[in-house]
Amino acid sequence: MSALLEITNVTKTFPGVVANENISISVSAGEIVALLGENGAGKSTLVKSVFGMVRPDSGEIRIKGELISPGDTSGAIARGVGMVHQHFQLVPVMTVTENIILGDEPKRGIFLNMKAARAEVLALSEKYGLEVDPDAFVEDLAVGTQQRIEILKALRKDVDLLILDEPTAVLTPQETDELLQVMRNLAASGVGVLFITHKLREVMAVADRVVVLRNGRVAGSTSPKETDEEGLAQLMVGRNVVLQVEKGDAKPEAATLVIRELHVNDDRKHLAVSGLNLEVRAGEIVGVAGVEGNGQRELVEAICGMRPRISGEVLVSGEATPDMHPHKVHSMGVSHIPEDREKHGLVSSYSIEDNLVLNQFDREPFAKSWIRNIGALEDNATRLVEEFDIRTPSIKTTASALSGGNKQKVVVARELSQDTRVVVAAQPTRGVDVGSIEFIHNQLIAARDAGAAVLLVSAELDEILSLADRVAVMFGGKIVAILDAKEAERGLVGRLMAGLSA
Amino acid sequence: MLLQGAHPMDAYGSLFSHGFGSWAGFAKTLGKATPLMLSGLAVTIGLRSGLFNIGVQGQLVSGALAAGWAGYAIHGLPIYIHLPIALLFGIAFGALVGWIAGALKAYRGIHEVITTIMINSIVLALVDYLAGHNFQEPGQTLARTSAVLPSATIPKIFGLPSGFFFAVLLSWGVWWIFQRTTSGFRLDTVGRNKNAAWYAGISVKRSVLIAMGVGGAIAGLGGAIETLGVIGRFEPTFNTGLGFDGITIALLGRANPLGVIPGAILIGGIRGASASMQFDAGVAPEIVDLILALILFCVTAPFLSKWLRSTEVGAKITSGWSN
Repeated sequence: MSALLEITNVTKTFPGVVANENISISVSAGEIVALLGENGAGKSTLVKSVFGMVRPDSGEIRIKGELISPGDTSGAIARGVGMVHQHFQLVPVMTVTENIILGDEPKRGIFLNMKAARAEVLALSEKYGLEVDPDAFVEDLAVGTQQRIEILKALRKDVDLLILDEPTAVLTPQETDELLQVMRNLAASGVGVLFITHKLREVMAVADRVVVLRNGRVAGSTSPKETDEEGLAQLMVGRNVVLQVEKGDAKPEAATLVIRELHVNDDRKHLAVSGLNLEVRAGEIVGVAGVEGNGQRELVEAICGMRPRISGEVLVSGEATPDMHPHKVHSMGVSHIPEDREKHGLVSSYSIEDNLVLNQFDREPFAKSWIRNIGALEDNATRLVEEFDIRTPSIKTTASALSGGNKQKVVVARELSQDTRVVVAAQPTRGVDVGSIEFIHNQLIAARDAGAAVLLVSAELDEILSLADRVAVMFGGKIVAILDAKEAERGLVGRLMAGLSA
Repeated sequence: MLLQGAHPMDAYGSLFSHGFGSWAGFAKTLGKATPLMLSGLAVTIGLRSGLFNIGVQGQLVSGALAAGWAGYAIHGLPIYIHLPIALLFGIAFGALVGWIAGALKAYRGIHEVITTIMINSIVLALVDYLAGHNFQEPGQTLARTSAVLPSATIPKIFGLPSGFFFAVLLSWGVWWIFQRTTSGFRLDTVGRNKNAAWYAGISVKRSVLIAMGVGGAIAGLGGAIETLGVIGRFEPTFNTGLGFDGITIALLGRANPLGVIPGAILIGGIRGASASMQFDAGVAPEIVDLILALILFCVTAPFLSKWLRSTEVGAKITSGWSN
């Protein structure tokens, strides 16, 4: 059987990052290939190259033996490539039929032939076993159904190769199971499927072959028959790059941060944190390890009062923190290094001095009653720029002018310079250069040694293993295990992250 | 203007000499500039807080009518009580009209552009009706109220309308609030990044209510000053377009509260002199509108496009394939 898709030595660099380096992958007709990897491993870039949305620097992409020219989306479509994007491209106020025929509508004369269109959609839906109501409005449908429409839209153009970019990221477990069945049906009818994911269970359930990407390179190629979830987890996170951090032993005291039976929904009102219990003692770093999307983000936001809690409580030094009141939670001594610094952590059009007091602008000494004390702001900024080694021309420079590492240092400086009892650090070194990573790690250890309870959430297992005094493994919205740093061996943590019992 | 058969230099000369050349012309310009400055200030507060308040017209007109009513209907008070009461009426009604749009945004999530347009239509129709019926001057066929009593009339200083100086002071005050106070910082942060504001513990809802309420109050004050200091009664035709010129002025001033001062004087001068331009050089008033539109376009196009891209609505419109 000749390969449907053949990718040979594809390399793509973006300024400062190698997204893909010498990647070779093939997909045959009727085969399901999973592209597995952490965020930023280069999965999306690779499939976008196939679909012509990204122009690779070098390498070849062949479909059914034919070389496709880089950056030629319509060429890819003409050769039978269909792609379902992570973010749906549907018109919410139009019906299912209208969405599916959009761009290539059946006509009678100059008029739309809606009757033919509807019949075509029904036939399509029957052929692939994808049930949809052709007259429903897209905005009324569940996300899983919307995705089915996206798939139908792609299949309508006689697709031989279907690319799915993180198709399950937005689905509930039930919707995911349905999608996996759809993928099996498609493969049985001869379509080649290439799908991106970072969820191990799906790979094991549906893939014929797995290609694991790490840091833009193929870290391994295997099949579910030859390996297990643990083996995949190890391939994904790798074992070669261990960041060594110098730190003394923790001297933990009483529990400062106590989380009891916490339940939190995600943005789509599905339970993301379900009955979570966790204690973080003063003077220790607890690292939350887990595959992304297991409720870590919702946990962090609920602790910090930024996301409504359904039930359960969060105590700081024995005192209950209020729900949905970030200001009060913060003033109880909870510092928060947010996961997305551009969205939450900084106002990029503000100066560094303003950003350094972003969540304490109305407190002494930065303000007296309602008048801001510009002198105190400037002193604070001058001191922190020096102390936290923020590389900037001046404290009046806007945050947008800084590099990622220096932006993050502004956030870290603001959060760790306060009198803090609890530090919640979410992905504190994401998108940060190596030098800044080391600096931020040392600052977190310094906060621990000063007596703060540090909760570290990170997608980088290496970061957790090198910083944490205890490792809490999160899976499916719960802490499934708490390990002492000494017994937190990579293989064991990987198994637990995949939802297997130790 | 050439196409129209008028001499451009004559027209500009007339514009300048009538708008700024004589004491009386200057006074007229400042009188015109006052409500413009305040409505520009109202729009500016919105822009800085991430809101596009295009309901300034409705807020201003309701303030103008409320102040006019208080100015003629309340009798027997000395000026130092009657005038402040009349001004407060204007402020309160303007604030109420602005606040309604703010509340719809904060509690129901309805976009302020839509609500302010709707509320504009409702308020303008209602005010026209009231001026032509319930509050109409007895024996009058025009839609206008009785003249404001002397005890509620804003006195002039050396022939110049004193409301103007108050408006300048207020613009400076708003600038100072944004520059130096925690309240200003809150609004500014919400305007620049709502998510970061929430993270920093700033209530976005409260900021929306404050920005729309205070903006409405200032617009209402603008209407009150126009009624009590310039026209002397409420007459709907005199207020036409003031609120919309306010948008122009706010954009001219690049959302800086101090920027509305020169912007309002410029536009006030052009508006005030448009009649003279017609007499002296035969320039149709529509041409004056055209000049204003050209000024607006040239000065604000870069700012608007930047602002559009930086707000959420704009981001949805302008973003393409990227993640």
